[in-house]
Amino acid sequence: MSEQTAPPPPAARAPAPDDDTPLLARNPVVSWVWTNFFSTPLNIALTVISVWFIWSVGSAFLEWAVFNGVLFADSRAHCREIVEHGACWAVVSSRIDSFLYGLYPPAQHWRINITFLLLVAALVPVLWDTMPHRKRALLYSAFVFPVLAVWLLVGGLGLEPVSTKKFSGFMLTLVIGVTGITLSLPLGILLALARRSSLPVLRILSVVFIEFIRGVPLITLLFIASVLLSYFLPPGASFDLIIRVLIMVTLFASAYMAEVIRGGFQSIPAGQYEAAQALGLGYWRSLQKVILPQVLKVSIPGIVNSFIGLYKDTTLVIIIGLFDPLGIGRSLLSDAAWAGLSAEVYLFVALFYFCSCFAMSRYSLYVERKLERGQSHDR
Amino acid sequence: MNDHAPAGPAVPAAAPSDADADAQMIIRLADVHKWFGKFHVLRGINMDVRRGERFVICGPSGSGKSTLIRCINRLEEHQRGDIIVDGIPLTNDLKNINEIRREVGMVFQSFNLFPHLTVLENCTLAPIWVRKQSQKESEEVAMSFLERVRIPEQARKYPGQLSGGQQQRAAIARSLCMNPKVMLFDEPTSALDPEMISEVLDVMVELAESGGMTMLCVTHEMGFARRVAHKVIFMDGGEIVEENEPEEFFNNPQRERTKTFLRQILHH
Repeated sequence: MSEQTAPPPPAARAPAPDDDTPLLARNPVVSWVWTNFFSTPLNIALTVISVWFIWSVGSAFLEWAVFNGVLFADSRAHCREIVEHGACWAVVSSRIDSFLYGLYPPAQHWRINITFLLLVAALVPVLWDTMPHRKRALLYSAFVFPVLAVWLLVGGLGLEPVSTKKFSGFMLTLVIGVTGITLSLPLGILLALARRSSLPVLRILSVVFIEFIRGVPLITLLFIASVLLSYFLPPGASFDLIIRVLIMVTLFASAYMAEVIRGGFQSIPAGQYEAAQALGLGYWRSLQKVILPQVLKVSIPGIVNSFIGLYKDTTLVIIIGLFDPLGIGRSLLSDAAWAGLSAEVYLFVALFYFCSCFAMSRYSLYVERKLERGQSHDR
Repeated sequence: MNDHAPAGPAVPAAAPSDADADAQMIIRLADVHKWFGKFHVLRGINMDVRRGERFVICGPSGSGKSTLIRCINRLEEHQRGDIIVDGIPLTNDLKNINEIRREVGMVFQSFNLFPHLTVLENCTLAPIWVRKQSQKESEEVAMSFLERVRIPEQARKYPGQLSGGQQQRAAIARSLCMNPKVMLFDEPTSALDPEMISEVLDVMVELAESGGMTMLCVTHEMGFARRVAHKVIFMDGGEIVEENEPEEFFNNPQRERTKTFLRQILHH
């Protein structure tokens, strides 16, 4: 098809007017469909069966979700009055605030909105690697944004304090996900370095840590975070549950991250270290300028895999009494007005997670391709 | 310090008087031993290199010749004996090691360019971060060396886009950008296709004949040795078996092992 768009001499590619081929077959779309779907009898049979299958499942779903879907209503009963059989999306649309902000005081929702905008601003220099003044912008992302975010969300210093027990909904997912993702990568790199260190103490500590964390399910760690830690702390010293969860999720992800990064280190030939040393670059400088950029490049698929895993695992906090979107959805379902609409609620929550994870996955593909073309450099 | 560089191209430096012999000396190895596990790879190496001298080191594989020059910038650690480079003893002191590495450039058999950086960035990395030069100054110096190795037009490309010979020349330029006092070459042409060997050797000959640079070169390119070396060293079994000026070394080898080696290498 690209041949058609390229500018060849006019007569070379375009079919001559008196060509024998029927007009329809000259169309590139038609010929592509023909060769891919109808070229042989078996191909035709498979195409027909597939289309029938997709149609019968898809049309039923579309009818339920879209054509008979009800976007706005006051209750399940109201939905059913409007359409007898159909999706009642009203459960989501009428309670969208619960999904987004959870139990956060409604009067303070603007603080979450501002934090979210600040987060987007903080992500810009991270994701856009040719941004002008990127270095200064990254300082904002790394140091200014976290302080602002904590202040806005927790309150104090002129803002009304909000208990972290009220952190819930998508906002909770973002708090845990973003914190875990940003902290687990550097921590994972340090653990991987320690595991490769020539100092036995560092190496053993790192191996023990990684193997312990990887050998214990995250749920267990979360229980430890919610229950056990308070036994070890002096009486009266309360340690915020969210912070405990953040620590456990970060440690859990960093252990996996460390192994991904270690794999990346092993793919770097010894000659790269030697060349850096021979030029007089010290350990940290050669790590920063020579080794890590290459390690991170080969590790991108594994790193993003860990990020996505972490992000989805945030939903496990439901079992220690925190309300992530899934928890919010379940509590909605116990509301008499909306009971029985689990399909709509779960689909919506699934869609939310899918969109976030798919975005991460696409961005990583974009970075990989960009690095593959050898156009990205970082100095 | 010795101010007068060795006279003309390819002419061995005149023997210095005893008085400034130490000042002339840039590399001194005294009774250097190294073991890889139980394998005794260097057995009491003694070697003195004066400023501006060019040594070619040859020998069969496993003779310890690469290990020897890798000891000089501490890519390998020696276990016994002394190595002194430009007056700095090579010990476990990291400060000394880094100081020596700044003054000693190395060219590897497998180039070891940094694949994520352009050729120009490869060349400016160490001047910027080790020598603390400005980016502009480093780039100017780098371009002048890239012109000297005849690949200025490749400066903005990545190593993966270059041929083997071009990559090795870029690696030579990268080392030269640090303005080193000594250049070590570890079999610089062994990984190259035959038609690319000469373009790299030409650059090395040009570097030698411009004078002043102390060069230690592990290679089997005997034509190169004849042309530019002040001294050829033959190693076998971790020892220096024979060392002599090139004419004597090739025309009149003294030891049986040297003769056998030269026969093999010149007649295959």
